[in-house]
Amino acid sequence: MDKINELNKDFLITKVLHNAHETLDKEVVAKLAAIKRDKINKPIITIGVNTPSRIIGVDEIKLGLLEYVHDRNFDAQVIDVGSLGLTTYEPILSVHLPGKTKLYFKNVSLENYISILDGTFNNYIHEEAVLCQVRNDIFEQWEQVPFMDELPYFKNQQRLVLKNCGFIDPNSIEEYIATGGYKSFLKTIRNNTPEEVCEKIENSNLRGRGGEGYPTGKKWRVALETASEQKYLICNAGESDPGAFMERLLIESDPHKIIEGISISAYAIGAQKAYVYIESEYEIAVARLKNAIKQAKEYGIIGHDILNSGYNLDIIIKEGAGAYVCGEETALISSIEGKRGKPHSKPPYPATKGLFGRPTVVNNVETLVNIPIIIEKGANWFKSLGTEGSSGTKVFSISGKVDYKGLVEVEMGTKLRDIIFRISGGIVQGKKFKALHIGGPSGGCLTEDHLDIEIDYEAISQAGISLGSAGMVVLDEDNCIIDMVKYFMNFLQEESCGICIPCREGTRRMHEILENISKRPKDDNGNTTLQRFKGVMQLENLAEVIKDTSMCGLGRKAANPVLSSLKWFRDEYEEHIFERNCEAGICQELRTFEINIDACTGCTLCAKKCPTGAIIGSPQNAHFIVQDKCIGCGICYDTCKFSAIISK
Amino acid sequence: MIESILEKYPFVQRDNIIPILQDIQKNYGFLSEESIIKVGKYLNMPTSKIYGLATFYNQFRFEAKAKYHIRICNGTSCHINSNLIIINEIKKRLGIENGGITKDGLFSLEETTCMGACGLGPVMAINERYYTEVNVNKIPEIIEYYLNNDK
Amino acid sequence: MVIEIEVNGKNIKANKGDTILETLYNNGIKVPTLCRMDGFTPTGACRMCVVEVEGKTDLIPSCSFPVDESLKIKTHSTRVIRARKMLVELLLSNHPDDCLYCIRNGNCELQDLAVELNVRERRISGDKSKLNSDHSSPGIIRDPAKCILCGRCVRVCEEILDVSTFDFMRRGNKTAISTSMNKDLNFSNCINCGQCIMTCPTGALHEKTNFDIVQDMINNPEMNVIAQFSPSIAVSLADELGLRSGKDISGILVAALKRIGFDKVFDTSFGVDLAIYEQSAELADRIKNDENLPMFSSCCSGWIKHMEQSHPDMIDNVSTSKSPQQMMGAMIKSYFAEKEDISPNKIFSVSIMPCTAKKFEAQREEMTHKGVSDIDVVLTTRELVKLIHLYGIDVQSLDEEKSDAPFNNRSSAGKMPAVSGGLAESIARTLAFHLTEKELTNIKIAKLRGTKERRETYVKIGRQQIGFAVVSGLKNANNLIKEIRDGKSDIKFIEVMACPGGCINGGGQVFTNDDKALKNRAKIIYDLDDKEAINVAHKNSGILELYKEFLGEPMSEKCVKFLHTKYTQRDVLL
Ligand SMILES: Cc1cc2nc3c(=O)[nH]c(=O)nc-3n(C[C@H](O)[C@H](O)[C@H](O)COP(=O)(O)O)c2cc1C
Ligand code: SF4
Ligand code: SF4
Ligand code: FES
Ligand code: FES
Repeated sequence: MDKINELNKDFLITKVLHNAHETLDKEVVAKLAAIKRDKINKPIITIGVNTPSRIIGVDEIKLGLLEYVHDRNFDAQVIDVGSLGLTTYEPILSVHLPGKTKLYFKNVSLENYISILDGTFNNYIHEEAVLCQVRNDIFEQWEQVPFMDELPYFKNQQRLVLKNCGFIDPNSIEEYIATGGYKSFLKTIRNNTPEEVCEKIENSNLRGRGGEGYPTGKKWRVALETASEQKYLICNAGESDPGAFMERLLIESDPHKIIEGISISAYAIGAQKAYVYIESEYEIAVARLKNAIKQAKEYGIIGHDILNSGYNLDIIIKEGAGAYVCGEETALISSIEGKRGKPHSKPPYPATKGLFGRPTVVNNVETLVNIPIIIEKGANWFKSLGTEGSSGTKVFSISGKVDYKGLVEVEMGTKLRDIIFRISGGIVQGKKFKALHIGGPSGGCLTEDHLDIEIDYEAISQAGISLGSAGMVVLDEDNCIIDMVKYFMNFLQEESCGICIPCREGTRRMHEILENISKRPKDDNGNTTLQRFKGVMQLENLAEVIKDTSMCGLGRKAANPVLSSLKWFRDEYEEHIFERNCEAGICQELRTFEINIDACTGCTLCAKKCPTGAIIGSPQNAHFIVQDKCIGCGICYDTCKFSAIISK
Repeated sequence: MIESILEKYPFVQRDNIIPILQDIQKNYGFLSEESIIKVGKYLNMPTSKIYGLATFYNQFRFEAKAKYHIRICNGTSCHINSNLIIINEIKKRLGIENGGITKDGLFSLEETTCMGACGLGPVMAINERYYTEVNVNKIPEIIEYYLNNDK
Repeated sequence: MVIEIEVNGKNIKANKGDTILETLYNNGIKVPTLCRMDGFTPTGACRMCVVEVEGKTDLIPSCSFPVDESLKIKTHSTRVIRARKMLVELLLSNHPDDCLYCIRNGNCELQDLAVELNVRERRISGDKSKLNSDHSSPGIIRDPAKCILCGRCVRVCEEILDVSTFDFMRRGNKTAISTSMNKDLNFSNCINCGQCIMTCPTGALHEKTNFDIVQDMINNPEMNVIAQFSPSIAVSLADELGLRSGKDISGILVAALKRIGFDKVFDTSFGVDLAIYEQSAELADRIKNDENLPMFSSCCSGWIKHMEQSHPDMIDNVSTSKSPQQMMGAMIKSYFAEKEDISPNKIFSVSIMPCTAKKFEAQREEMTHKGVSDIDVVLTTRELVKLIHLYGIDVQSLDEEKSDAPFNNRSSAGKMPAVSGGLAESIARTLAFHLTEKELTNIKIAKLRGTKERRETYVKIGRQQIGFAVVSGLKNANNLIKEIRDGKSDIKFIEVMACPGGCINGGGQVFTNDDKALKNRAKIIYDLDDKEAINVAHKNSGILELYKEFLGEPMSEKCVKFLHTKYTQRDVLL
């Protein structure tokens, strides 16, 4: 990681951090502009190094870039940034030539980066790869390149939380400070008591972004008012929801913002120790966060007697070892304490008795990132965004069958339809939209009819699901709802902590029931058929009891995917149950097979392999499948050398 | 040496257990019985509790990975991009289940949660090398490559 | 502070700080539970105890939810009953259907719940977890397929015994209870105390039965089948056998065992007196020579195994005297055999104990001489009850009989070690005799009695003040040992019992849901001590005769051969 530049450090500490005034001197402003690269005097190349781009091989591309610059003796700088959030286009590269606007290129590869650079340095645009240019009136524009703020993906978002993502160097505290970072924290400890901060957050109406939507200020106040010599703040960066990735990218792109959020929040509840719980598998995020903490310590922003305020704060990273349920706050606390990540019955709530028995506030990453924003812009301003019940913006990760997958931040109250069709470009290959799954395993599927819902906590829960960690997955006509629900039930039965009966046994049975309806009966004695029907009849009953009795949110919401899909996609269930048909063709075992007599050579191979003897025919003559006997195993399909078996 | 790992945690506190185990696994690839006993002695914890704890989390393993460790993403996005076909194909070809190791000790298989490249699913990795938008038909080729590589 | 809450439409009184469940119990309203354990902090894991609370969207686990003024509760609404029933059905859906073959048939909390909630139809079914049972241990069998994961065994073993043999393993639908590294029980640090069996609601944990071999031997005319029974079972069985409780039923037990076909029946109380006599002589020697002090008691075989594996540095501090069962066994196959002119090989010695650890002890190598073990088979109290039923013995119609000679005498001290504290008290009495040849002026040592976790007192013997300590529940023993290592204790004799409360609460006792049972058992014992004339082991004429005729002096060579044993460090997965 980057070495601290002592000159810059002195300057930033004395002239910026220690400056209690709102305004800065002209020279300071100019120097800051240079640090944050608003003004450049040599070409700057940025490359998005993040999890998705690394999977595609950005590391090699980056080496290539360095080599390129070095070989040609260019006085240019290559800088790592996080992610713009548009994962479909990773790796994304930008080139900023002095005097010209900054250009972005998408899907950069080992094959094309040289021609992209060659072109740009010669004032020529690589048309296939160019994504956009950043509007800036002082610089000369590139011709025929759209502006970033014109692209529907960016235009329709409102980025507060993601503001810095993909623009600043996540390994550089200098850049973060130069863009106004840590101002909110220092202002707070300089001017405000913890009570005042709690009050401000209460007034802002900020609600927890971790899924439950609990008012953050209210939670803080409980912890603040519980007397204890030690209190803890925990930043919940667990995010092991199988379909969500916004926190990972957020941390990879702007780690200092999280540190700042944590610092303010810890101060507000009187905690001198804060933990960040993050999966150890999130290697890039962990490394950047560690680096950020180290830099912040070196700058005296965290540590002992911060900027002579008398306030001490230590931030510790706890790497999770992989368990979805550890995102649940009480399980998370067990895990930090070095135990099995098993939730506890509430009450007592963590805010009164949490980590090591002390008052503890657990907040989600996004919640915490909102804090410096609220401090900077004011509670009223924040409240003016969004809906009556839910203020501010919300970040979603969107994936599945849409054109632009990635992070989306919109004001609360935005219509779901706008996210899918305006921001994410609609369904891939012009296929038909089928369902939107929100909230991972604790969420559920919504139909086309729901797309006019204006997102906020109330509206989503009225639709019978939960925002969860706000991962959105878009399904098209090629996907099967039963399969989706089955997938989540399988996930849940494995991820349940296994402590309470309803969740442990219930998720397993629900999964089995769904398995059974997406399978043909194994024998024809009617027994399995009976079980199947019994199962389906119990599904709703079971789901409700699980919801009613489970200890923690995992179990209580485990039924959401089932209940919501039963409600909105009942016909698809019925199709599976009564017609034994999966329209999308996903439920493999419901497929039926036929023999194309024209292609069949009568080799008899399939008849020999069929486990139920459902294929008849004499050698050298076309064969035939007796549908009543066929169990849909597909063995014949795999065996036929002449592609004579057709699956339906 | 396990002792030198333990030295990094001078405070005998239960909350050090997960970091210690992670550290050991990072160095040795898995948690051996010996290491669990040593950690138990060091932290004054019954080994049953360490074992119970370690089995709770996905990360910890009790036997070494194979030479080629295959990880296949089983995240939501990869799922709806039909990763099951890939997973089943690999299982069928190698004759192992999730968490298993082939008889020749060459391949081990692990289904993971989202790997973070949802836009490019199905995603899989063999050791450090990633494969995106994997197609079933490419599986034989990929496996063959490693088999030949080994010869 | 007393407050009022509304339950099922009526106001009832509640103490602030209590849980809903405690309040309901105090008011005679029963709510089913599975994971709750008396005296433990609730975990809220099983969800059986849920109730409906007005204003809450979900059902609330009454065992872990504190009462407060505003509560309006329904304990048996349709919604609540539906939920509880479903929970039981879910458990049953993953439970082997072999109640009829199960050791806990008729005595199982899961069965009871199914009956109570009127489960009459298999509405939910599916694959069952495939888990193998573990028969490796000499005392305890685990059958994880029957485990409902209530976690009670884990907690007893950790929180009372501080042994922590078990923990939960894996998670989700693969959760199971396992030993360290999922090894067989006999490789684990399990001390066989059987407290987990006592707490297990189902047949997932039970003793290894040695029933069949006992029957075979009884039917074998060549064999002399001899039974001895522990003093602690004579005070715990009355209820179970339908007799009037509150009395020692040794006489009836002798009669019943005779009817079953045992050739001789001895009361282990004799062995207890012998152990007290020998052990206090050993203690007297150690005090005189000031070596290997404090001395720990050696009666409890669970404690012995624990000490060998967890505190091997204390081996020299443990009395080398065998436990009463083993002393008795040794005497049966030597002194008694000689006297009756029977070959020890023709004796089949059965010991009936409230304990599963005794099964382990009986098969220890040190307890065998030239291929002859002191004890051949140990049965638990529960197995005895089954034996009595199996042989169709109507205990109500039996008259008391006396146990057989030559071991037919006992003092009340021979009964006392059934209760935690009783051994120390008896030892103190006889130690005084060994050291000063005088009796204690006050033989009742109140400070060693009661239910406090640890009891300590100093007894004036001659001119010395000798410290005695009593701990039961190994956790307390571990704490004490820590203090001893730190040199913080000058106690001379320490009585350790693995099971909380001592043998009357042993892991082989009958299951009871009477929370006063323990108190009653202790009372019977102390009443005997009050009523009877001979209260010290050294006045048991049978013992004196045994030494005169056979053993010689306490600690003599012969004594060492027959009555003493040795310990070695044990390598197990701790
Ligand atoms: C099964 C389960 C998983 C959860 N996972 C997460 C998670 O990954 N990240 C998170 O911030 N909150 C998660 N939560 C919610 C937390 O319990 C908690 O409510 C949240 O961290 C509080 O932060 P907030 O108030 O800022 O939202 C999860 C809850 C449950 C029940
Ligand atoms: S609901 Fe599930 S995850 Fe939560 S405590 Fe119960 S078993 Fe564990
Ligand atoms: S073995 Fe018995 S006590 Fe232990 S968890 Fe299973 S059911 Fe509960
Ligand atoms: S779901 Fe496979 S990478 Fe995210
Ligand atoms: S008894 Fe209350 S949850 Fe188990």
